[in-house]
Amino acid sequence: MILFGYRIPNFFSLIIWGCLWELVGQSKITYFVPSLSEILKAFLEIYNTEVFLKALLETAYALVSGLFFAIFIGIPLGVLMGKNRIIDECLLPWVNIFLSAPLTALVPVLMVLFGFGLKSIIITTTLFAIWIIMLNARAGVLQINRSLVEMANSYGAKSIDAFFKIYIWAALPEILSGVRIGFIRAVKGVIIGQLLISIVGFGELFEIYSSNFLMAHFWSIIFVLFTAAFILAEILSWLERKFSYYASKR
Amino acid sequence: MINAVEVKNISKKYGQVEALRDMSLNFPKGQLTSLLGPSGCGKTTLLKIIAGLLSPDSGEVIINNSRITKPGPDRAFVFQDFALMPWASVIKNVAFGLELKGINKSEREDIAKKYISEVGLNGFENNFPHELSGGMKQRVGLARALSVNAEILLMDEPFSAVDEQTRRRLQEDLLELIKKEKKTFIFVTHSIEEAVYVSDQIAILLPRPSRVSEIIKPSGFKNKGVDKIRRDTEYLDIVDQIWKSLKNYV
Repeated sequence: MILFGYRIPNFFSLIIWGCLWELVGQSKITYFVPSLSEILKAFLEIYNTEVFLKALLETAYALVSGLFFAIFIGIPLGVLMGKNRIIDECLLPWVNIFLSAPLTALVPVLMVLFGFGLKSIIITTTLFAIWIIMLNARAGVLQINRSLVEMANSYGAKSIDAFFKIYIWAALPEILSGVRIGFIRAVKGVIIGQLLISIVGFGELFEIYSSNFLMAHFWSIIFVLFTAAFILAEILSWLERKFSYYASKR
Repeated sequence: MINAVEVKNISKKYGQVEALRDMSLNFPKGQLTSLLGPSGCGKTTLLKIIAGLLSPDSGEVIINNSRITKPGPDRAFVFQDFALMPWASVIKNVAFGLELKGINKSEREDIAKKYISEVGLNGFENNFPHELSGGMKQRVGLARALSVNAEILLMDEPFSAVDEQTRRRLQEDLLELIKKEKKTFIFVTHSIEEAVYVSDQIAILLPRPSRVSEIIKPSGFKNKGVDKIRRDTEYLDIVDQIWKSLKNYV
């Protein structure tokens, strides 16, 4: 944006909103919105504590493992769906159902099946992320230039060669955008899982802070999560742009 | 004369559409045979059957006394749309056929470099396809086909996606290459001038039902040098003769 001839950076509006928030907080209109400075103070208070670091570690662990399974199961399955009509018809309805389903409702079932621990959270995370990763990998494969596949065949590529040397690469821009969206969904999955199970990670902290009316602490956790998710998603989208430079040229 | 490829009574249907009916044709060893004809006469279908990329409904293709059913190391394909891997450098693209054969990296890169220089792309080894012009891309496709050292080169309208001047240059270079490489070339084109210019033998294909209507073997102007061919009277007469027989089908 350009204002009075000066170029204003994109994040400038955030500063305005932040000031507004601070004013509302300082004016003590509601107990539930503490001022930003209070939130910052609360954050500085907790960020070095054992509970916070443990919650961070548990969340990161669940997120990374959940995403790991979503990626390493989702991409090959998606590519296979794009390559093979029968596999596609067997899986596509399920993928579509799960993609649009309110998966939160499944978490209690997972808790019954897999216990009240990390395992359920990891599975929830995977379930949140995997479907869009599959669908994107599939879409990526479906748009592959036919002659690239014929080229690989004509030079004697075995199925496994074609899979790793052509399909994965040719579908990479779509696969990466699937991973990015999958990541955003995985963050939701991990937090929802923790909230519902509420004895692990940030779920536990949310529970403690909200039941003790420690609003500043509560908000500082929310800020940490939002910021982390935003930064990671931005890194992924930067990566995606870097790889898709050739997407328009294929 | 020994035949490199014998096509015997090939028929092929796409659903209700008859692409080829009972077609037989011989391709002499060490020569360039063009398949020339209007759109829809089955030239590309025939070429892909010879490549083993499509299987015929009936009939057979004989190469070196055996019937072929799939792609093999005796044939290499040059694609109309180049079929280069956009994520790989020129040298990787050229070495792709060798990579699939399991040849180690340093050896295949040596071979690739040799053919990159043979097609006139010295210094472009590490460029990516999107950095090259159409003509250069097809040179990469040609180098890839040459590097696997197949006896038979199958070229599917290789110069149709480049501009006219580049096309002339590529045609002249192809003539030089044929002299040097001593391979059998099968060349699909819809350009009469191009077919007459580059071929030892021209098979005129006519559509509905697809058949070989005529085989023309230019004799006099081949050794007169690339610059003189286009002014040769035999060349001009053949171009004229082919146009007269194709005119009614266009």
